[in-house]
Amino acid sequence: MTNIFLEGATHGAGEIPVVAPVAADGVFSLLWLVIGLPLLGALVLLAIAPMASKAFDRFGHYLGTATVAGSFLLSLVLFVRLLGSDAGERQVRQHLFTWFESGSIRADMDLLLDPLSVLFLLLITGVGSLIHVYSIGYMEHDPRRRRFFGYLNLFVASMLMVVLAANFVGVFLGWEGVGLASYLLIGFWQHRPSAAAAQKKAFITNRVGDIGLSLGIAAMFATFGTTDFAKVSELSGQASEGMINTIGLLLLLAAAAKSAQVPLQGWLLDAMEGPTPVSALIHAATMVTAGVYLVVRSNFIFEHAQWAQTAVVVVAVVTLLAGAIIGCAKDDIKRVLAGSTMSQIGYMMLAAGLGPVGYPFAIFHLLTHGFFKANMFLGAGSVMHGMNDDVDMRHYGALTKAMPVTFVTFAMGYLAIIGFPGFSGFWSKDKIIESALAENVWVGLLALLGAGITGYYMTRLMIMTFTSPARWDDDVDPHESPKVMTVPLIVLAALSVLGGVLLIGNWIVDFLTPVTGVAEHHEPPLPAIVITLIVTAVVAVGVLVAFFLVHKREIPREAPQDVSFLTRAARKDLYGDAINDAVFTRPGLAMAGGLTTVDRHVVDGLVEGGSSATGGLSEVLRKLQNGFVRSYALSLLAGALVVVLALLAVNLG
Amino acid sequence: MTQYIVLSAILFTIGCVGVLTRRNAIVVFMCVELMLNASNLALVTFARQHGNLDGQVAAFFVRVVAAAEVVIGLAIIMTIFRTRRSASVDDASLLKY
Amino acid sequence: MTFWILAPLMVAAALGLLFVRKAVHAAMLLAVVMISLAVLYALLEAPFLFAVQIIVYTGAILMLFLFVLMLVGVDASDSVVETIRGQRLMATVVGLLFGAVLVIGIGQVGLGTAVGLEEANAGGNVDRLADILFSRYVFAFEATSALLITAALGAMVLAHRERVSAKPTQASLAAQRLRDYAEHGKPLGPLPAPGVYARHNAVDTPALLPDGTIAESSVSRVLAARGTVRSAPALADDIHEVRRQLGDDVSMPATAGKDGAAANTTEDVTTPDGSHTDGEDSK
Repeated sequence: MTNIFLEGATHGAGEIPVVAPVAADGVFSLLWLVIGLPLLGALVLLAIAPMASKAFDRFGHYLGTATVAGSFLLSLVLFVRLLGSDAGERQVRQHLFTWFESGSIRADMDLLLDPLSVLFLLLITGVGSLIHVYSIGYMEHDPRRRRFFGYLNLFVASMLMVVLAANFVGVFLGWEGVGLASYLLIGFWQHRPSAAAAQKKAFITNRVGDIGLSLGIAAMFATFGTTDFAKVSELSGQASEGMINTIGLLLLLAAAAKSAQVPLQGWLLDAMEGPTPVSALIHAATMVTAGVYLVVRSNFIFEHAQWAQTAVVVVAVVTLLAGAIIGCAKDDIKRVLAGSTMSQIGYMMLAAGLGPVGYPFAIFHLLTHGFFKANMFLGAGSVMHGMNDDVDMRHYGALTKAMPVTFVTFAMGYLAIIGFPGFSGFWSKDKIIESALAENVWVGLLALLGAGITGYYMTRLMIMTFTSPARWDDDVDPHESPKVMTVPLIVLAALSVLGGVLLIGNWIVDFLTPVTGVAEHHEPPLPAIVITLIVTAVVAVGVLVAFFLVHKREIPREAPQDVSFLTRAARKDLYGDAINDAVFTRPGLAMAGGLTTVDRHVVDGLVEGGSSATGGLSEVLRKLQNGFVRSYALSLLAGALVVVLALLAVNLG
Repeated sequence: MTQYIVLSAILFTIGCVGVLTRRNAIVVFMCVELMLNASNLALVTFARQHGNLDGQVAAFFVRVVAAAEVVIGLAIIMTIFRTRRSASVDDASLLKY
Repeated sequence: MTFWILAPLMVAAALGLLFVRKAVHAAMLLAVVMISLAVLYALLEAPFLFAVQIIVYTGAILMLFLFVLMLVGVDASDSVVETIRGQRLMATVVGLLFGAVLVIGIGQVGLGTAVGLEEANAGGNVDRLADILFSRYVFAFEATSALLITAALGAMVLAHRERVSAKPTQASLAAQRLRDYAEHGKPLGPLPAPGVYARHNAVDTPALLPDGTIAESSVSRVLAARGTVRSAPALADDIHEVRRQLGDDVSMPATAGKDGAAANTTEDVTTPDGSHTDGEDSK
């Protein structure tokens, strides 16, 4: 069971690895604590703390941070321990208890630690810890800070459940928890109607994906009789092509909702209504990557489902470009970052859709993106903190001097995302484009185009925020954020710069190979170094265009209205909401209205008509009950007559 | 022996019609008695027809039950008359729609 | 032979039960049917039932009927008008149909020769019945005894009337009498006696008040309901005849004095509204 990877290596490329974990022992038996700690934190902060709210209000945020930090330390230990094991034994399963069992359907509460999930553990708990620390400062003046930390803990615990579960039912549990926590966090300031609307939008959109996941799970139960990764990965080759493609497409639907991929992208931009740490934690570093995780984790399904895999690539490319275009037109700094998040996740999904050759790079880009996007979101939060919570970049400018730390750390993130040579994003994105070009030239070219647009809109953001002349409101006094906020920025900036070290010696690819399988090597159409140069050149063009279009002109405080069609469309999220409204909401409302009418008039009419008919009939029939004994006796005699007649008829017959 | 049975049937039918048409509760009761006696006649006739006494025993029981029924029935009529000043069965028609 | 005499008689009596208006007549007709039935029982070799029929039915049950009839009021008779629409017609139709069907049905059955009860009655009908009753039917017999006790208790419970107010004392009755006199002008004394004329002292003759009108309260309500009360003016008709027989010179010197005496009481006597009935008196 152990040397699947080696078998794959010897038997040739294209082998899909089977998940075959060993039982947890030693330090691995503490695996459950990784989830348990933040879950405990959430329980204490949400359920127990209200009984002693004064005391918990004082140190609740420290408790929330400590649980996640504890999880991070534990994850680090587990990671080191996993590195120390043989490559073939890097899959560990811990059986906690049987969750439910009904007939032949059985779901265990099992945890699975393998190279894929351990990287996620580090990302979630590491970035999560930094964001918790940052939130201590950012939410300092919020009266409900304790509750905020409770929600954050709940989110971290759910996210950890997603990546640690050893079967799809467990994933679903975490998946729902993540949806709930994101709902609570986006609408944390629910007194704002926009936030309340945004949280509903996010929740409902995610529900569409949840249907995909639950149907996928049901299909797996029907097809394989189990959802355990180990068994499904063993059996997936035997399923019929139609079934496996169905499961794959359902999982893609789930992933698209969670990762804000077209056509379920609409919620992500609105989700920026939540507090900025939430945007950083949920909508940059972790939650939106759950979809990528799901696709990579389900590699044993997608490898057999060619149609579903193609659909992943198509969705990814569309999202990649749509996100980038939206990012170009927005003036709200967080929405620009949200658009770029969409776009970057498009890259990850693209890589994940490429198969074994792309999986490691999807995860690699996911990690580096987690670093630099969290960095930039927190930086944006820091900027807003100094600008009285104004999010409009047209009111910014010349913040370089006012917030030097924020500027420098943001710049690190900026350089990383556009793929400036040497920074983390350079390595990861370059690898994805290279793989895409090798697999399909057109996909690769579109990804290349996306990289150029990324260069443009990120440069635009930098110029409008930091380097252009000041366009501040009169009452604004930009200032640097406190240490508790800048330290996480510095750490994340460092990670953004240095994230590329994971690729040294192809380490991450080798590390993930037991999970993702060995790639069939395709030669790219051009030498790798040439592709790298081309990518860099395209990004440079994007940066220069931004430089000439934005920096060389005066930036108006109000957004100009006479703009091209594309800009207008991009400002409206490429009409995503309008399309949803026209295709789903309005027909849905019309159908609901129709059903209500039918219910009110036909169904209720039947029921009420039946009842009134019965009532009317009884109104007539009750007259028979006239109270006269002699009438009753007459009916009695008539009955007796009938009986005698019947007897007679039988006898005579 | 058939004539006895036919007589019994005729008396029974007359009793039925009496119950249906008379309104004085006491007369209605008399008609009920007539019906019971008609059935008794049939029972006694059958006893003779078949040559055993079970029919007569049954008639005896019918008579006992009839006596009990008369006692209770007349007491009820008395009570009703006491409260309503009427012995007409049609007046006791409050239990209706 | 006896049967053919009795059967038409019984049917006629039973039919009479349907048509007579007075309940007492109905009871008498029922008695005819019962006694005839007893005779038929004797014919059918059921001497025990014959005796019981006479003793229990005609003796006890019919007496009970009559007793209740007297309590309820002898004058209680059905009105001819049918209150339930179509009831009489439907009852007749259904009844005739039922009878016809029964008779036709019975006519279909061939009874064959009767076995007769000589053998079964060997040793005496009563003895044989007792044998059966206390062996095979002993449980049913015990059950009927329970039924009879229950019926007796039930009759007592039903006939019993709970006294809801205190029993009136003599003093309170006297006070009530005076109060009635003061408020409604009811006479303080007993009701006027009927039949004060020399020739008629029967109870069906109402007393005459001094002004020549009838004192209705002097005659029993039952007699009034029967319509057997003699009318006072009719009585007055032959006064002249009597006078003539006695001679014209008959004067009535006492009348004037009586008049004067009666004048004082006129108001007292003429005002009664006649609502002071026997029924209430008996309470």
